[in-house]
Amino acid sequence: MRVGVVTFPGTLDDVDASRAVRIGGNEAVALWHGDHDLKGVDAVILPGGFSYGDYLRCGAISRFSPVMTEVISAAQSGMPVLGICNGFQILCESHLLPGALLRNDHRRFICRDQKLRIENASTPWTSAFSQGQEIVVPLKNGEGQYVADADTIARIEGEGRVVARYLEVNPNGSINDIAGVTNEAGNVVGLMPHPEHGVEDLTGSGTDGLGFFTSLVEKAFA
Amino acid sequence: MPRVVVDVMPKPEILDPQGKAVHGALPRLGFNAVSDVRQGKRFELEVAEVTDEVLAEIDKLADTFLANTVIENYTVRVEQA
Repeated sequence: MRVGVVTFPGTLDDVDASRAVRIGGNEAVALWHGDHDLKGVDAVILPGGFSYGDYLRCGAISRFSPVMTEVISAAQSGMPVLGICNGFQILCESHLLPGALLRNDHRRFICRDQKLRIENASTPWTSAFSQGQEIVVPLKNGEGQYVADADTIARIEGEGRVVARYLEVNPNGSINDIAGVTNEAGNVVGLMPHPEHGVEDLTGSGTDGLGFFTSLVEKAFA
Repeated sequence: MPRVVVDVMPKPEILDPQGKAVHGALPRLGFNAVSDVRQGKRFELEVAEVTDEVLAEIDKLADTFLANTVIENYTVRVEQA
């Protein structure tokens, strides 16, 4: 599959995300924030970083960039979209995902190898995992505290839309230890930790993150 | 030129880590009268004239862009020059 990776001004992890896409067996296609063009890709990744300098709010300005008009409309038609960290923030600001991300409750930036439990292995980004599988991937964020009102939390929990949950340590104060969520249709996934940094033995916490990038292939052949 | 002010504040039920940090610093600086701090944003918008249409537009841009209504409330008011 051809997987678009968007670069905004201030994006940091587009190169790692593209590399993870290739290691996962797919073709990475560079997309630019200023273009109304998805270049015919089959899926899109919004990588981590500090798009538009996090001005106003994280993701608030990126949401209105030309490429996001296309991403939002493609996502609403069912295209798989994965937002990692800043990408998760952009998806929440775009209202493709419920809730919002606030500054960490302890007010410090955090960088650690984080244990997660995959709670929903039926999305196009998590189908390579088994339900309940425990993985370790890098996590690094300053504004990763997932919040939503009580009704929204009850709904996404009830509908199985929590994709991943923090285990052992809640690194940022997220409600119900939520590390990632999906939309109603299940094609859009937002994740605060960084699986793209955990795809090779040479660096990082191991290769547990690879499943997010091989899932697309498994889904295509399923 | 008239000015329209949009104040954006975190909703009361939302934890405000920045306000908490500011509040935490006060006793260290010798200020003891303040029992809580909430930190928000103030936007000053210059407009040629204040009409219902202009105010409606500002309300819309505040609702869709300046504030994230999942976590923030906003108010719009006209400030006389």
